[in-house]
Amino acid sequence: MNVTKQYPTGTDAALHDVSFHIGRAEFVFLTGHSGAGKTTLLKMMYAEERPTSGDVRVSGFGIAALSREEVPRLRRRLGIVFQDFRLLEDRTAAENVAFALEVTGARTDVIPARVARVLDQVGLAMKADAFPRELSGGEQQRVAIARALVNDPPVLLADEPTGNLDERATRGVFQLLCDINTAGTVVVMATHDLDLVRHASKRTLEMRDGRLVFDSAADATDSW
Amino acid sequence: MNLVTREALLSFKRTSTLSALSVTTVAFALFVLGLFGLVALNLRTAIRDVAERVQVVAFIKRDTPSQQITAAMADISVFPEVLDVQYVSEAQALLRAQHELTEFQDVYKDLEVNPLPPSIELTLKPQFRDGAHAAAVAERLRGFDFVDEVKYGQEWVKRLDSLRDIAGLVGLAIGVAFALVSIVITGVTIRITVLQRAREIHIMRLVGATDWFIRGPFLVEGAIKGALGGALALGLCGIVFAAFKAQGMGFGMGLGFFNFGEAVLLVAFGVALGFVGSLVSVGRHLRKV
Repeated sequence: MNVTKQYPTGTDAALHDVSFHIGRAEFVFLTGHSGAGKTTLLKMMYAEERPTSGDVRVSGFGIAALSREEVPRLRRRLGIVFQDFRLLEDRTAAENVAFALEVTGARTDVIPARVARVLDQVGLAMKADAFPRELSGGEQQRVAIARALVNDPPVLLADEPTGNLDERATRGVFQLLCDINTAGTVVVMATHDLDLVRHASKRTLEMRDGRLVFDSAADATDSW
Repeated sequence: MNLVTREALLSFKRTSTLSALSVTTVAFALFVLGLFGLVALNLRTAIRDVAERVQVVAFIKRDTPSQQITAAMADISVFPEVLDVQYVSEAQALLRAQHELTEFQDVYKDLEVNPLPPSIELTLKPQFRDGAHAAAVAERLRGFDFVDEVKYGQEWVKRLDSLRDIAGLVGLAIGVAFALVSIVITGVTIRITVLQRAREIHIMRLVGATDWFIRGPFLVEGAIKGALGGALALGLCGIVFAAFKAQGMGFGMGLGFFNFGEAVLLVAFGVALGFVGSLVSVGRHLRKV
C-alpha cells in the first residue's frame, strides 16, 4: 500500500505511491516498458528490495519491517521465476529442483517423489537427468518453474518468464502458468509481451515511470 | 552424509581447478610460515643448548673442612634456581685442566704445587639460565664465608641474554608478519571462491536458504582446504628439511624437525585460516546480497 521506492543513486523514485491488492488464486499481469518499475515491484514482493515508504504485504509478511532472518521464511512461501532461468548449470534438472527442497531442510526420503511429481507436472519427467545445457530455453524455464513449485507455494512470481523464449515455448510456459493458477496458486507475471496480455484476458496492472497507471480490475477482493 | 558435507565435497569436485589452486596457495603461505617456524625452533634449541653451559662456579678457600662444604652444598641444592650441585676437588680441577687445555698440558705436568682451588659448580634450571638469576645465585654464594670467588661468565651470559631477546623479538615480528601474509593470501583465495559461486549463493537465497545454511558448506570446504594446505605445507617443510640435512648443511648442530604437537599446530592453523577466512568472506558477501 502506498509504496514508494527511492534508490540512493537515482534522481527519480523507482516507484511512486503504488497501491493495489491481489486476491486468492488470481492471475495478474504486470506490464509496462523497460524501467517502468515492474521488476522493482516484484523484488519488493520477495524482499530483495524494501520500500522507502509504505508497505508491501505478501502471504502475511510485512516486507518493510521484515528482518533478515524472516526473509527465508517468506521465500519458502513463494515461487520465483526469472527470464534467465537461474538454474545451476552443473546440476541436472532433478537436482536443481531438489536443491530448493534441500535448502528448506525437507526430509531426504520425501525429496525424490516430490521432485518427480513436480517435473511430471511441468512435462519434463523424461528429462530429469538432463543438465540445463542439454535443454531448450522453454525446457529450462519449465525446470525453473518446477523448482518454484516444489515447495507448494501459494504465490508464484514470474519476472519476464517468456522473455528469452520463442513463440511456441512462450505459449507452452504461459499455459503451464495458467494451469498452476487454476490449481489455486496466485501468479504474478511481469511481461512486456502485449500480444500475450491481450489474448489472455487476465487482470492487468500497467506501470509507467514507477507509477501504477492502469488496473483492469481494481475491485479485487480477498487478500493473500 | 549430511547435506552440508555433501555440498562442500561437491563444490570441490565441481570447481576442482580452483579448489586445487586454493589448496596450493594456502599450502605455500603456510609453507613459508612453516619454514620460518623451523628456523625459529632450531634457533631456540641452539640458544637453549648454549644456555646449558651457564654455570655458576664458587671457588672455595683452601683448607675448608669438608663437612662444612657438604653441609653448604645441601643448602645450595635447595635454591629454587639450582638444578644440580657438584663439588670439584683441587685434583679433579687439575685433571680437567690438563685434559681440556691441551696447549698448557706441559705446564700443568711439571707443577710442584696444584694452583687450582677446589670449587662448587652449580647448574641452573633451564628457566633460570640468564644473567639476572645467575647474578642473584652468585650473590647468595658470596655470603658463605668459605667462598673465595664466584664466577658465572658474566659477559657472555649478558650476550646470551641479548641474543635471546633479539631472537625473540625478531622471531615474533617476522612470525606475526608471515602469519598475517598467510591470512591475507588465504582470505583472498577464499574470496575468489565465494565470488565464483555468487550465482549459486544468490539462487540459494532466492529459494529460501538461511544465511547459516549457505555458510555451512563454505565453512566445511574452507576447513578442508586449510587442512589439506596445512598438510601439504608440512610435507614441503619435511622435504626441504630432509634435503637440507642430506646436503650436510646442518653444520653438526643436530637440527630438529617439528614434533607431533607442532606439526598438528601448523595443520590446525591451516584449518582455522580456512574456516575463519570462509566465515568472513561469505559473511561479507551475504551482507551485500
